[in-house]
Amino acid sequence: MGCDRLRKEYLLLDKVEGPLILLSGVEDVSYGEIIDITMEDGQSRKGKVIKIEQDKAVAQVFEGTSGMSTHNVSVQFTGKPFEISLSKGILGRTFNGIGMPIDGGGEIYSGKVYNVTGRPMNPVARQYPRNYIQTGISSIDCLATLIRGQKLPIFSGNGLPHNELAAQIVKQAKIQESEDQEFGIVFAAIGVKHDDADFFRKNFEESGVLERVVMFINLANDPIVERIMTPQCALTAAEYLAFEEGMHILVIMTDITSYCEALREISSAREEVPSRKGYPGYLYSDLASLYERAGVMKNRKGSITLLPILTMPSDDITHPVPDLTGYITEGQIVLDRELYQKNIYPPVNILPSLSRLMKDGIGEGYTREDHQDVSNQLFASYSKVQDVRALAQIIGEDELSPVDQKYMEFGRVFEERFVGQSFEEDRDMIETLDLAWEILSILPPEELDRVSPTILEKYFPKG
Amino acid sequence: MNREGLINMVNGPVVQAANMSDFQIREMVMVGEKKLLGEVIGLEGDIGTIQVYEETEGLKTGEKVLSTGKPLSVKLGPGLIGNIFDGIERPLSKINEISEGFIPEGIGLLSLDTEKKWEVKLLVKEGDKLKEGQIFGEVEETSLITHKLIVPPGISGRVVRVKDSGSYSIEETLVELQDEKNNTHELKMYQEWGVRMPRPVQERLPISRPLVTGQRVLDIFFPIAKGGTSAIPGGFGTGKTMTQHQLAKWSDADIIVYIGCGERGNEMTDVLEEFPKLVDPKTNKPIMERTILIANTSNMPVAAREASIYTGITIAEYYRDMGYDVAIMADSTSRWAEALREISGRLEEMPAEEGYPAYLPSRLAEFYERAGCVTTLAGGEASVTIIGAVSPAGGDFSEPVTENTKRYVNAFLALDRKLAYARHYPAINWLSSYSGYVKVLGNWYRENVREDIMDLRARMLAILQEEDKLQEIVQLVGEDVLPDDQRLIIEIARVLKVGFLQQNAFHESDTYVPLEKQYEMLKCIEFLYDKAHAAIRKGVPISAVRDQNLFGEVTGMKYTIPNDDLSGIQRLKEKIEAYYDELLKKYQ
Repeated sequence: MGCDRLRKEYLLLDKVEGPLILLSGVEDVSYGEIIDITMEDGQSRKGKVIKIEQDKAVAQVFEGTSGMSTHNVSVQFTGKPFEISLSKGILGRTFNGIGMPIDGGGEIYSGKVYNVTGRPMNPVARQYPRNYIQTGISSIDCLATLIRGQKLPIFSGNGLPHNELAAQIVKQAKIQESEDQEFGIVFAAIGVKHDDADFFRKNFEESGVLERVVMFINLANDPIVERIMTPQCALTAAEYLAFEEGMHILVIMTDITSYCEALREISSAREEVPSRKGYPGYLYSDLASLYERAGVMKNRKGSITLLPILTMPSDDITHPVPDLTGYITEGQIVLDRELYQKNIYPPVNILPSLSRLMKDGIGEGYTREDHQDVSNQLFASYSKVQDVRALAQIIGEDELSPVDQKYMEFGRVFEERFVGQSFEEDRDMIETLDLAWEILSILPPEELDRVSPTILEKYFPKG
Repeated sequence: MNREGLINMVNGPVVQAANMSDFQIREMVMVGEKKLLGEVIGLEGDIGTIQVYEETEGLKTGEKVLSTGKPLSVKLGPGLIGNIFDGIERPLSKINEISEGFIPEGIGLLSLDTEKKWEVKLLVKEGDKLKEGQIFGEVEETSLITHKLIVPPGISGRVVRVKDSGSYSIEETLVELQDEKNNTHELKMYQEWGVRMPRPVQERLPISRPLVTGQRVLDIFFPIAKGGTSAIPGGFGTGKTMTQHQLAKWSDADIIVYIGCGERGNEMTDVLEEFPKLVDPKTNKPIMERTILIANTSNMPVAAREASIYTGITIAEYYRDMGYDVAIMADSTSRWAEALREISGRLEEMPAEEGYPAYLPSRLAEFYERAGCVTTLAGGEASVTIIGAVSPAGGDFSEPVTENTKRYVNAFLALDRKLAYARHYPAINWLSSYSGYVKVLGNWYRENVREDIMDLRARMLAILQEEDKLQEIVQLVGEDVLPDDQRLIIEIARVLKVGFLQQNAFHESDTYVPLEKQYEMLKCIEFLYDKAHAAIRKGVPISAVRDQNLFGEVTGMKYTIPNDDLSGIQRLKEKIEAYYDELLKKYQ
């Protein structure tokens, strides 16, 4: 009895619609369990039960329903939730969106299987993240410092160099203190173009980290039900590596917008009540169940740092996807088309960019005592630059007051030399802070009202 | 009676079961073999609809739904303060002992620690008549808060048996009451209360006292009242949580209930790590000794998010009934509204605006109306203040949650993205914010701070408003073309903005500023304005009037003048006076 019992096969479907199938007359089905589908030609597919009502079950088919009819398949319920087996052997391997190896390297053999629907981390068990990661990119290190265990998304637009930026971070990321703990990268490609996935693979190879990378690849033309499983599989792998194997894991997920669109597609197939722009009402909770899996825990060695990438449809930061993401993540790095068009790489628009965790991970003992003041000052001064530029548009730059002209110059130099750096350029934290002072010194010292007098005295370049 | 339902539908957190005709609406139930906690939210024929507070993966049709016979309720007693609970008052540290790291489902209903012994002082003797709400004993819950044991509402009678003062656990009966019908009631250290029902009070009082927060922009410009309601709306990154944390740390309420509703896990961890280290300026005790945390982080089950707000306010009302001023911070009410929307969607209810259910406004009203300044059943004056953060989608204040919240709160502290981008914190926009309490609190301010404070406030606010208009002109033609008296307005507004409105939460002394210093700072800025203005009217050019050092010194008052020694402000005023006297002599 129990699990030994022969699983019943169902040979008739009530309905096949989009990625969903509906069966009736089923017994003993549990919510969220996995089904095995055998096609006429012997090929097998998997699905997941997403609703049960009396003797009916609705399931979504991971590989899509094409080729299926109401009577040419056989369905078996496995009685198990969606699980993947994990071991340290996943490092260097490539999987599809539902955790099946696609690199020809064979199955992962491990006694341990993990449910991909993670359980929420207890806030009491969390440790507040405090150690910064030096990315070697001035605009991020100085103004939106990345902290180990943080979830910091890159808000980008189509055609902007977000992939390059993520690759550069992977290449340059350094943890300050010298530790013997291992690091690893989990890369989840969620509905991305073939070229983009290739770009990352090539970069991992060039940075010599390929054997430390686990890849979960769901390309743009792969089935959407697999797509919504991709981040869950990737994060389950990350949790395993971080909290059981004690590794420091950087998770890169791209593109969250495709993930949300897949959710919307399934939601609409399920005839759910839509909220903003047709996205389902649970989009916030759903995204949170992904992003909140980042963190550092007490009594466990590793950490998960999450770097999701999303493209804002028509560069609109108020679109539901970036909007809800911003409410969950601990800040954001926003790329800007105007800067990109000025040929500035990386085109980080610092004003809307933010790292909520940096306050506790910078300053004396972490980076340098002047860090907070310098970053506040850069934000304040650059924000003033925007006002001055608006004025210059109207009255012309020559008519500006001498101080305002200094601001114009500051703005230009700041964008070109501080924000701008090459793909190969790796600046350390002190270099970045010194550069900030050099550029701030374009302005008269009395304009620097966010810097405390002692810091100003000590760091403002003389002469 | 049939108290066992059979599950026939599962859809995310919503479950339907048959055979439930004897269940009650809002009853707490246990669902399935894992005994997941849930609440009955609909009954039709013998079909009951249940929202489940835990992950439902693995539930099957045909599994049982068990009745508990009571509505979703919380245990109220000693052990709440200094603790962190989930949305249905289960202690998270206890959960972490059971299952380290991640929160499993099916761990059942945990609540206050039943083992711990408390030192109880009983204040009644046999033969005493007690009525509902009366205080019959005291427990020192923390070094800061005396937990008063109160007769639960609805119960009264004569004391027929009472234990001696001593050490007891919360499950022990301390007092037995006999009422007029000769029924016996056992009083323990705790009582249970259904979260959705407001606790009764004797009467509601008009609002008359401010909640002093030590935050200049609030205390002076947009005061919050004890027993009042306020909302803090703002897009992401504008500093809602930061502002809420500041209020939780420094406001002069006796008890703080902080609800992290659908927000980040790390923020709760931050509070847990930081609050025990912070010392309350009034009492010199760690502020954790007056704080209760409720956490339903964004990845915890959505139905418990809906409940967390009610759990929090019920706990707040309980401490209010002991005679305390309680402030409750709900961060964020939008997540709660979204939880309503999500469950409503699963129930296939007809949506109103943006998919929110049509009952959103009435739910919001029910919540905010539980705030108030009251006479408790025991006869003391006490209050519950609600400060709700709102996270409008896209930062657009015209969305349903912000719009409806606006109707039920009296203080609206609008956070502004542009200010936040310029790192002007707290990013409370002084033009779009308002406080309906300015008038009712005027007398308190005049009596407790200084007679002219309200006039000073009005005058400075007028300067800020004027500056905003002038900035529009400056944007078009530049600052140089303005006449000198208008340029002075811009300069003074800058001093106000940087030196007064901006407050550094990370600075040791600037994070909390006593009212006295707030007043003196503002008075000094006014003094500077008056002197400078007089000089301009005598024809002194702005370039000489706006002395870099002098203006810089006034702007820097917040850092240079210690909170407990304001004599420096007097010296600064003398310096201002001397400077302008000198200047006028030169230009005569």
